[in-house]
Amino acid sequence: MAFALIDANSFYCSAELLFQPWLRDKPVVVASNNDGCVVSRNDLAKALGIKMGQPVFELRGLLARNEVSVFSSNYEFYQSLSNRLMSILEELAPRLTINSIDEAFADVSGIANPEVWGRYVRDEIQRRLGLPVGVGIGSTKTLAKLANWAAKRWKARTGCVAYLRDRTRQEKLLRYAPVGEVWGIGPRLSKRLANELGITTAWQLANAEPKLLRRHFSATVERTARELQGIQCFPFVDGSPERKQMIVCSRSFGAKVFSLEQLERAVVTFAARAAVKLRQQASLANCLQVFARTSLFSPGDSYSGSRIIALPYPTDDTRDLAQAAIGGLRTLYRPGPTYAKAGVVLSQFVEHGTITGDLFAPKPRSNSEQLMRVLGFV
Amino acid sequence: MNASLIASLSPSLQPQPLPLGGQASCGFPSPAADYQVPDLSLDTLVGIRPSSSIFLLRAWGESMQDAGIHDGDLLVVDKGRRAQPGDVVVAVIGPEFVVKRLALDEEGQPLLLAENAGYDPIRLGEDEPLEIWGVCLWVLHRLAGR
Repeated sequence: MAFALIDANSFYCSAELLFQPWLRDKPVVVASNNDGCVVSRNDLAKALGIKMGQPVFELRGLLARNEVSVFSSNYEFYQSLSNRLMSILEELAPRLTINSIDEAFADVSGIANPEVWGRYVRDEIQRRLGLPVGVGIGSTKTLAKLANWAAKRWKARTGCVAYLRDRTRQEKLLRYAPVGEVWGIGPRLSKRLANELGITTAWQLANAEPKLLRRHFSATVERTARELQGIQCFPFVDGSPERKQMIVCSRSFGAKVFSLEQLERAVVTFAARAAVKLRQQASLANCLQVFARTSLFSPGDSYSGSRIIALPYPTDDTRDLAQAAIGGLRTLYRPGPTYAKAGVVLSQFVEHGTITGDLFAPKPRSNSEQLMRVLGFV
Repeated sequence: MNASLIASLSPSLQPQPLPLGGQASCGFPSPAADYQVPDLSLDTLVGIRPSSSIFLLRAWGESMQDAGIHDGDLLVVDKGRRAQPGDVVVAVIGPEFVVKRLALDEEGQPLLLAENAGYDPIRLGEDEPLEIWGVCLWVLHRLAGR
């Protein structure tokens, strides 16, 4: 078994640099369009000590002194570039699961030399889309993710591709990696692991008593530890222990659909269902994609339309999402074709409660939270 | 001649086929104008697929007018293609995209040629590597007014 995790380096920044390559050797950050907090930094901006989530106004002096370019988020563009990235990966990888806007797992078990494949993938994406990506390969998803971290940590040596070929290499990395870098552990859990069990490295987590981990924490932490030992616990399809970074609601219609009204009704339902899932995980979406297409088996009148909509502010409000979905649907709709499937995709989430208002941005609905809480019960 | 990005192109999964209206003669009317050809898609024709490396850029300036590229034209640019001498390319020169024809001088050094007698070729400095962003495949020139 071998899995690869492929992700774009500083995706939003790299996307902006694609059309302004002359800024590549300068520090660049992307700010969220709602509250002006840093959501992406290139390496040079990281080197200046700019932190993720830092408000841009706090950084004003530093940004000016160092000629940092600040872009505001262009979520439609990022999503459309992400769609291309994933299409290329679909083309190059035997099996693929998309994790988030800039990240996907590939099952590379059948590939003779995964490292050579990884370098090929990196080069192809650089050539075709101008996006730098990292590739980490290991025998489980968690190891692949950690290999990816290593690939980027030692960029100069790895060229952003790392393959945990054998036990020795694996052990070396696990002994070095802080436990907080392990997939699904995060800062809060890593603090508790250190305080309660004295676990500070990935190696210690891998070798901890599984029952103890389950009792103190959760079955997921136990499984994460086993994955670090090379025992596959997270299945390839949709086994993410993390919160979803993309929510998809779509369905094939039982009966053929012709009219815009019918499609609108379906799309509103999808938006509402997606909104419920979004609220359940306490996220707000920045971007919505709506699509409708004819059956893949009726080549006669085939049509597939898709629109990406940047939401005016990060939201989990059913009304905002339904409105955006309908707006998009109306521009992609063509009368004539018999539609067989439609759907709504939410992406580019921020955590609920982490955003502060922007004086100049459109205001989120004021009663939204209470109303959505009520909707949660029905 | 410079170029700027006009829109991030979002290819549809299923390109929209358009009827190809046969051949159009720029000389005298063709007697073969009648034959029927299957529908074509503009997306497919210019190479746009969901996974493609094709981007649309808006050209501005006059330096490529003899190559049929005029101020305001749309360029279909392939980012993935390796440029060959003779190709019209989008190159990164300073903080700009420039559109020129790629050539090699007597010493085999790359040279960017304008196609307008009023403009000089661009020669790069000693240690200045030429950065080609993409190769222009098509130019869309608007004929009718808005």
